[in-house]
Amino acid sequence: MKILVPVKRVVDHEIRVRVKPDGSGLDESGLRYAMNPFDEIALEEALRLREAGICSEIVIASCGDAAVQDTLRHGLALGADRAIRIDTPVTLQPLGVAKLLKALALQEAPQLILMGKQATDSDAAQTGPMLAAMLGWPQGCFASALSVKADRVEVRREIDGGLETLSLSLPALVTTDLRLNLPRFVTLANTMKARRKTIELMPAESFGVDFMPRLRVLRSEAPPERLPGEMLDSVSALAGRLKPFLADAEAQA
Amino acid sequence: MMRTLLVADHDNRKLSPLAARVLTAARPLDAPVDVLVIGHGCDAVADAAALLTGVSRVRLLDAPHYADLLAENLAMVIAQLAGSYSHVLFSASSFGKALAPRVAAMLDVAPVSGVTRILAPDCFQRPSHAGNVIETVQCDEPVRLLSIHAAAFEPAAAGPAPATISELPAGPDMGVSQVVSRELHDTGSRPPLEAARVVVSGGRGLGSAEAFERLLLPLADRFGAAPAATRAAVDAGFAPNDWQVGQTGKTVEPELYLAVGISGALQHLSGMRNAGCIVAINKDPEAEIFRHADFGLVGEAAEILPQLLAELGG
Ligand SMILES: Cc1cc2nc3c(=O)[nH]c(=O)nc-3n(C[C@H](O)[C@H](O)[C@H](O)COP(=O)(O)OP(=O)(O)OC[C@H]3O[C@@H](n4cnc5c(N)ncnc54)[C@H](O)[C@@H]3O)c2cc1C
Ligand SMILES: Nc1ncnc2c1ncn2[C@@H]1O[C@H](COP(=O)(O)O)[C@@H](O)[C@H]1O
Repeated sequence: MKILVPVKRVVDHEIRVRVKPDGSGLDESGLRYAMNPFDEIALEEALRLREAGICSEIVIASCGDAAVQDTLRHGLALGADRAIRIDTPVTLQPLGVAKLLKALALQEAPQLILMGKQATDSDAAQTGPMLAAMLGWPQGCFASALSVKADRVEVRREIDGGLETLSLSLPALVTTDLRLNLPRFVTLANTMKARRKTIELMPAESFGVDFMPRLRVLRSEAPPERLPGEMLDSVSALAGRLKPFLADAEAQA
Repeated sequence: MMRTLLVADHDNRKLSPLAARVLTAARPLDAPVDVLVIGHGCDAVADAAALLTGVSRVRLLDAPHYADLLAENLAMVIAQLAGSYSHVLFSASSFGKALAPRVAAMLDVAPVSGVTRILAPDCFQRPSHAGNVIETVQCDEPVRLLSIHAAAFEPAAAGPAPATISELPAGPDMGVSQVVSRELHDTGSRPPLEAARVVVSGGRGLGSAEAFERLLLPLADRFGAAPAATRAAVDAGFAPNDWQVGQTGKTVEPELYLAVGISGALQHLSGMRNAGCIVAINKDPEAEIFRHADFGLVGEAAEILPQLLAELGG
């Protein structure tokens, strides 16, 4: 089967971002970028399915400007067969991304779309279910295990209360959670090889869909600061601070 | 006219306590609220929803193909109903997160996720970038679809008289997905994380699942608290997946958050930074968590926790 893995370039998860003092957005100076960690997990799962002989081709795709090429090169170095960049004139929101990916999926006809449950910059967690709905496909969100069985895929989902395993008819869309797998590292040799691969370029306008952002971010502020705390020197002192929070605190007082 | 539809979380037997909090979130909209209960054999859920203050109607969709709360079947019928509402609210639970965007796509509207405040009918606050940015977002879509961080709101109380419950005809069974199995853990009498007054949370520093069981749970129960964990603790198998608090887990806002053996990574802080009081126990005096705590104690979890429980009369 062919697997499509949409990937997003995000601010590296180790960086604590700051907003500009005028509230107009992120202070982008000195930021590092990487592939969204959940997308690395999605790609890793696709690689494992290919290694198991279940997947025949892995296509990664990203919507964005020329900067996302680095992310796609990283994906090629990890082992994706092909990379597509959908060139967009503006920064997109999930609805626009989902529309472009739908159009791409209709061209590429994958049997499975594997993608992150959430981008760690926007924290939107929307694109997966949106894309599934637009394609009219079943969805398995927050996957912590996945197995392909004939014309179906079984997805174990991390949900409130525990775990749930769904069986979905193919084609289907699965979003990844943290415990699906541990992604491999890229080797230097593969990074060098990936440099020579071509990234297919498709202008967003060529898909004939309305991908323009709909939401307006009016302000971006820093969260309120907490006042400096107090270090205690004994368990009794700690107990004293915690007692007011006991359910039966009044009764005890 | 404005009208709000609140899609309630439940398990067919009980209404989730998150619903009463989402109801409070909707209050600034100053519009009638209908609660949608969709499932199978879920009359008790509808009855409970009807009792909440500020609910004008409960709309009940009961059919066998809704029993497993499958997103494909639910989204189809919610999208049909949504057209007559100005706002459709979900909680940002695993249920709402999988469902709201699916409904939004069917309506061709951009949803707003993880809302912590409704400023105006078209204006919402939400955190992004692991809570390091608070965005104010304007949404001019004909239907505003929101997922709400329930923990950021107090629960609505029970009302004087129950709202009316009306049954609606079911939508189609898409037949594309089915439940194979579920492994749900018994939470006993412990509150859900988002609704807990106190959260007692453990990290990798606790060292084992056994330590969670022996050291953390008795303390949590002494407070009537919900137990929680970091990603590292869940990954290590010390705690179940749905105890994970953080950017990619749950967002909590208890009066007290007690963090034991937790380093204070920004992804974790994202889920608990708005707690009323943060208390940290960590053996490393330099741990980042102390910079975010109101009170801190340096030391070994295995020594401190039993002593603390004794001092608290546990
Ligand atoms: C994409 C992504 C998403 C993530 N999402 C989340 C999320 O939602 N939630 C989350 O929590 N994390 C998340 N993380 C992980 C996060 O970055 C940290 O790795 C994690 O929070 C660390 O967990 P920890 O504090 O338990 O472990 P550690 O960082 O290993 O810290 C353990 C702490 O315990 C202390 N300690 C050790 N032994 C003892 C002892 N005997 N007594 C007392 N203290 C002791 C140590 O001093 C240390 O401070 C995410 C990471 C990524 C990349
Ligand atoms: N610009 C983009 N290009 C390709 N895929 C994307 C893009 N934005 C989001 N995605 C995919 O959608 C997932 C969820 O993102 P989000 O809905 O923004 O939280 C990501 O993990 C990616 O798989």
